[in-house]
Amino acid sequence: MGKRTIVPFGPQHPVLPEPIHLDLALEDETVIEAIPSIGFVHRGLEKLVEKKDFQEYTYVAERICGICSFMHGMGYCMAVENIMSLTVPDRAEFLRTIWAELSRIHSHLLWLGLLADSIGFESLFMHCWRMREQILDLFDMTTGGRVIFSVCKIGGVRKDIDEEKLKRIVDVLNNIEDELRSLTSVFLEEQSIKGRLSGVGVLSQADAFGLGAVGPMARASGIVTDTRTLGYSAYPHVKFNIITAQEGDCFARTKVRIEEIFEAISIIRQCAALIPSDTLIAEPVKGLPKGEYFARLEQPRGEVIYYVKANGTKFLDRMRVRTPTFANLPALLQTLKGSELADVPVLVLTIDPCISCTER
Amino acid sequence: MFSMVKTVLLSMFKRPSTVSYPQKAKINDPLVRGQVTIAIEACIFCGICGRKCPTNAIEISKAEAFWQIERFNCIQCGCCAEVCPKKCLAMSSELTGASAEQRKDKYSRA
Ligand code: SF4
Ligand code: SF4
Repeated sequence: MGKRTIVPFGPQHPVLPEPIHLDLALEDETVIEAIPSIGFVHRGLEKLVEKKDFQEYTYVAERICGICSFMHGMGYCMAVENIMSLTVPDRAEFLRTIWAELSRIHSHLLWLGLLADSIGFESLFMHCWRMREQILDLFDMTTGGRVIFSVCKIGGVRKDIDEEKLKRIVDVLNNIEDELRSLTSVFLEEQSIKGRLSGVGVLSQADAFGLGAVGPMARASGIVTDTRTLGYSAYPHVKFNIITAQEGDCFARTKVRIEEIFEAISIIRQCAALIPSDTLIAEPVKGLPKGEYFARLEQPRGEVIYYVKANGTKFLDRMRVRTPTFANLPALLQTLKGSELADVPVLVLTIDPCISCTER
Repeated sequence: MFSMVKTVLLSMFKRPSTVSYPQKAKINDPLVRGQVTIAIEACIFCGICGRKCPTNAIEISKAEAFWQIERFNCIQCGCCAEVCPKKCLAMSSELTGASAEQRKDKYSRA
């Protein structure tokens, strides 16, 4: 038996943009167990529904996380809209889909950059983030905010994207697609990257299913799951493939996310072509919500569940978010078992951890 | 190898991807929510904006006829501009500058 030690990892660590703490029980250099502790950025946002008017809470819901901020607002709105039996205008559904998919692209590009950074490939990191900046500029141009859009509201959206801006979005995406092609070859063919990622942190299909992994993590282990196929928003009108891989290692997770960017670009193109030209983008909200609803949608990191319970007043009884990172943590701990200490940062990163939504 | 040389050469002759702020001003899209501006002459001091503000950044007094905003409590959501019945609030694309102190801006109708 080798020498046993416990190495604390995080909450402050160069590869971690957000605080999570892991106690790694090591035998020589091999991790035999990882014990997580979370709770560093808990803000009590779920409790706040009891104090904030349900319409204003959209602004708070958006601030659960800075990366999928739009989808948090959208999930919350979808839940309340379903309770109140509001029908969102078609154009608003398409606009929501466009913003949601743009968010997916920017989130995945951010993650690719962080991955490159975690394996010490600084220039690749810069290139990914330079491309991501163009998407943020699109947000700036269409919503008025780079990170927090404040465009989603109960019953629809606040801002419209006109023809000219839609064209601009498609142009920028065409550009990004070309650039991304060359980056893809670096990510998927470069020997040093392959060496760091292939065969590392394998999550078998059975484990991914048993531990309830979601999103790209599950898809990279060969599980065909994607909440977008449930057909919310404008997704029933567009065609897209569910990207899966069989290997279940870090390399497969990278591959899945890269291909999802191309898929998202194609979805936005279809939306831009299909978007109905009516002018109505929001249905007025009448009355107060009463009832409960589970809304499910696909964030860049996987499936998120919004539970909302309303009691007929302007304050909700309960709101609960089950975020994808939370669902992926058990799978992460499983992959950490038996990995090398030097691979831990990369492994933690490949679930694309978003701790601030996990803890809310 | 070839693509690496290409990238290096391109990067040498391309303009930088960043704006060298503050030497060069960053021009925001007019849609950008930078900070709240008020046309105080039109305000009726109804207090709706203050009640709707998610961060309670606005303070209003009808008796003293002033409208006050705590600049760094404001999260630029645009809610106040949306609910104002007189439409005297607007979001300008100019950002609130950095400051070491809390900045309260008070507007009153003298
Ligand atoms: S809502 Fe408009 S009119 Fe009313 S107090 Fe605020 S700024 Fe003045
Ligand atoms: S923009 Fe939002 S946070 Fe700022 S004062 Fe208006 S309502 Fe309050």
